[in-house]
Amino acid sequence: MSTSSNTSSRDAILGRIRKSLGRGAGEAAPVSVTERLSSPKANPVVPKRAQLAHPKQVELFEEMAKSVNATVAMVVSDNDIPREVARFLADHNLPARIKTSPDSAVSGLPWSDTALEVSTGIAGPEDAVSVTPSFGGVAETGSLMLRSGAGTPYTLNMLPDTHIVVLKASDIVGTYEEVWARLREKEGHGNMPRTFLWVTGPSRTGDIEQTIQLGAHGPRRLHIVLVDDTKENK
Amino acid sequence: MTPSKPRVGLFVTCLVDMFRPTVGFSAVKLLEEAGCEVDVPMDQTCCGQPAYNSGDNESARKVARPLIDMFADYDYVVAPSGSCAGMIKKHFPELFANDPAMADKVKALSDKTFELVSFLTDVMKVDAVPASFEGKVTYHDSCSGLRELKVKEQPRKLLNSIKGLEISELSEPETCCGFGGTFCVKYPEISGKMVGDKTKDIKQTGAKTLLAGDMGCLMNMAGKLAREGSDVEVRHVAEVLADMTMAAPPIAGSNSKTGGE
Amino acid sequence: MNVSTSPKFKENVHGALRDESLQRALGRLKSGFQEKRSAAAAKMPEFEALRDQARDIKNHTLENLDHYLLKFEENVKANGGHVHWCADAAEAREVVAKICRDKNAKSVLKGKSMISEEIGLNDFLEKQDLKVVETDLGEYIIQLRHEPPSHIIAPAIHVHKEQVADSFRETHTGRDPNRSLVEPRELLDEAREVMREHFFAADIGITGANFLIAETGTSVIVTNEGNGDLTQTLSRVHIAIASLEKVVPTLEDASSILRVLARSATGQEMSSYTTFSTGPKRDGDLDGPEEYHVILLDNGRSNMLGTEFQDMLRCIRCAACMNHCPVYGAVGGHAYGWVYPGPMGSVLSPSLIGVDEAGHLPNASTFCGKCEEVCPMRIPLPKMMRHWREREFEKHLSPSSFRYGIKTWAFFASKPKLYRAVTGIASKVLGKMSGGKGKIAKLPLAGGWTDMRDLPAPEGKTFKELWAEKQKQQGGSK
Repeated sequence: MSTSSNTSSRDAILGRIRKSLGRGAGEAAPVSVTERLSSPKANPVVPKRAQLAHPKQVELFEEMAKSVNATVAMVVSDNDIPREVARFLADHNLPARIKTSPDSAVSGLPWSDTALEVSTGIAGPEDAVSVTPSFGGVAETGSLMLRSGAGTPYTLNMLPDTHIVVLKASDIVGTYEEVWARLREKEGHGNMPRTFLWVTGPSRTGDIEQTIQLGAHGPRRLHIVLVDDTKENK
Repeated sequence: MTPSKPRVGLFVTCLVDMFRPTVGFSAVKLLEEAGCEVDVPMDQTCCGQPAYNSGDNESARKVARPLIDMFADYDYVVAPSGSCAGMIKKHFPELFANDPAMADKVKALSDKTFELVSFLTDVMKVDAVPASFEGKVTYHDSCSGLRELKVKEQPRKLLNSIKGLEISELSEPETCCGFGGTFCVKYPEISGKMVGDKTKDIKQTGAKTLLAGDMGCLMNMAGKLAREGSDVEVRHVAEVLADMTMAAPPIAGSNSKTGGE
Repeated sequence: MNVSTSPKFKENVHGALRDESLQRALGRLKSGFQEKRSAAAAKMPEFEALRDQARDIKNHTLENLDHYLLKFEENVKANGGHVHWCADAAEAREVVAKICRDKNAKSVLKGKSMISEEIGLNDFLEKQDLKVVETDLGEYIIQLRHEPPSHIIAPAIHVHKEQVADSFRETHTGRDPNRSLVEPRELLDEAREVMREHFFAADIGITGANFLIAETGTSVIVTNEGNGDLTQTLSRVHIAIASLEKVVPTLEDASSILRVLARSATGQEMSSYTTFSTGPKRDGDLDGPEEYHVILLDNGRSNMLGTEFQDMLRCIRCAACMNHCPVYGAVGGHAYGWVYPGPMGSVLSPSLIGVDEAGHLPNASTFCGKCEEVCPMRIPLPKMMRHWREREFEKHLSPSSFRYGIKTWAFFASKPKLYRAVTGIASKVLGKMSGGKGKIAKLPLAGGWTDMRDLPAPEGKTFKELWAEKQKQQGGSK
């Protein structure tokens, strides 16, 4: 299939750009361009607030996430996650029915320890609560990093009223740059999932008289279950 | 006193020249008290800003060019206006950018040009003035002085050195008053709205006197306050610092029942 | 392209200043945006350095725009997506319409996109019998009101909740007519419910893009509501419409600019959702669009490169300039008469629709400099407005009376002796006219001034006259 609907516009636009920049067609990209693309580097200026030892980064993540109306609960092992999810739902009078990502990191948890009704797959209109894993967390703004994939359908992040995200403490880093480095390491340079989403607090809007309301089109509640796995790792 | 007194060429500004000579004399007094020798080149007219901001660079250069030689021999050029000083300091280099023969002269002029109050504090290291003033004043930060020349704390520092003077800040001291040179006559309705918001803010401070460092803004705000029948008196900050408030009634006169100063 | 009312700027202003409801809404700018931005900047000690870094990234990109666009195109294709280069608005509209036709689409969902406003996309698609629904709450509200946005990130900032309720009652039929729609929460809940039905029925999802990433062929949207995400995920086809200067080299570069975007816009440290979309859904993915298209729109931008307006292409549409602009604050966004209001629009609009059409906009500024002070990309907005005034003056577009006035003034101001004589006379005449009251309430030919305020009267003699007298008295001590 043709990927550019109109080659003459393409040529005309590129021609005008080159003319404006004072160079001819077919000039090779300078090293400053090719190197930037082939080996992206962390930015020279990044917030100092996130340049901390890892335990402090975890604390900062928690603080920042809470400051944008997310709730955070810490558990010490994966096996504790289902009970925390059940507690959270009960405390908020939410339905005891969840949809999890197919990814075994969440679907494979001991849900039978709880009375929750659990199913797996993409989100539909009937799903009020989702539980998803995360690729990581960024301390500087308390942002969750979520990627789409066969085990992590995207709609679970957006459609249900309540979104519960499982985050391993060892996956928390200081800055966004560190996330991209990890993603490249895992996926190979240039390989992006269809969607990579940063979530910083629940959905919100200020479009009616600039009054901030949570839960515009996405989730009203964002609950982060933080798994303290750092001791095992060491 | 000593032969090493810095020689200051006073750039009076066209508005002070025509509307408010007292500001010029206040400036001379402040500069002399700070240890400067002051001179006023008589052939100066205007900095060229009205043309420059209207997109007529040719006319702007025509008006601006003579100043470059006129002020070449002074150690400093000082103007009782952030707007005019900013024009010379920040915009002359752009205005003459295509004229390499002028570059050195323009740069030299730019380097030695200052707004009056910041010149007193930052260059002459004045930190107090021997003036007297009783009462509450408020201070409007004129845009060019504030943003182009970073004039903010300097006038407050000197005003606070006056015993009996109290500054009651505006809620938005850094918001434009709506003067904007030719803007105020090209878009009178917007300008009128902006200066109306400003006078509301001024009245809420409870100050009896409004001060600022630029005649354009002062005339705009004084004109609006007068139209509204307010008894807030308006003066250039130099008049108060130089203790010359007796030399002239407030800008746009006084509505005060007691007849002003 | 959208029709502009920019030539009628003064009439628009006249109406806006008398619109009490608008004036009440504009009063919220300060607490809504200005104070929040200032707090966010204060919390980030590196904010100024981050602004420099963001500016430098964009400058580097613009200097190499052709290379980065080609790399972007290559990577979109490598991920199974399509790139459409469009020279102007008409071409972009037609490309979108063709994709809709090819897919037999009935309904189009839209995330917020200023480019779609710029090219007048909704009207065009509706004429092709497509149902177009804006999903951003603010955009949805103004769509129901048949209005253009009045702000680039808060399109319905001029609308009050009572007016929103009226629109909802009129449009959302089949609901209890006595339902309460008083509180913002009630309005939001109803919009959310209505929008859900649209989300599940959509064929085509159109979003804008805050960034295009050359390194990966990714488009990025930044939202708080999540509407853009649902738009681009639940639809069969995702079309991202972006102007070509939205490209940045790498994920790191986008991340750096993101650090100044939300802080400058809403005062958030980061918006709720920042979404990086690359290609259509992958083999094995359970959801996501089957097709991914990027419309790369030029529409005049390539001609801005290499000119005094190139810096404007750094703009990231955060709206900080309009949030802080006293002129925008006085008249609101609609008065500007075209898609982009406020200082950024006063520079950009003349580039896109012509200075003869948008000529008022760069003139309607006091050059107070607040916009440049808060612009995260350090765009010298006042300077560029002045450049437009230069172009207007060169092209004789400024009113002839005004040109004549400036020239006459320059004539006098460059003749010192004559100038002294004329100002000396004028001072005395004006002084006399005040009748000793210090002010003049009405002055022929000066209505622009005296309609709004009194003219403070001169003291009587000019400074130079008095100075000369004084020098003489002192016996010519000079």
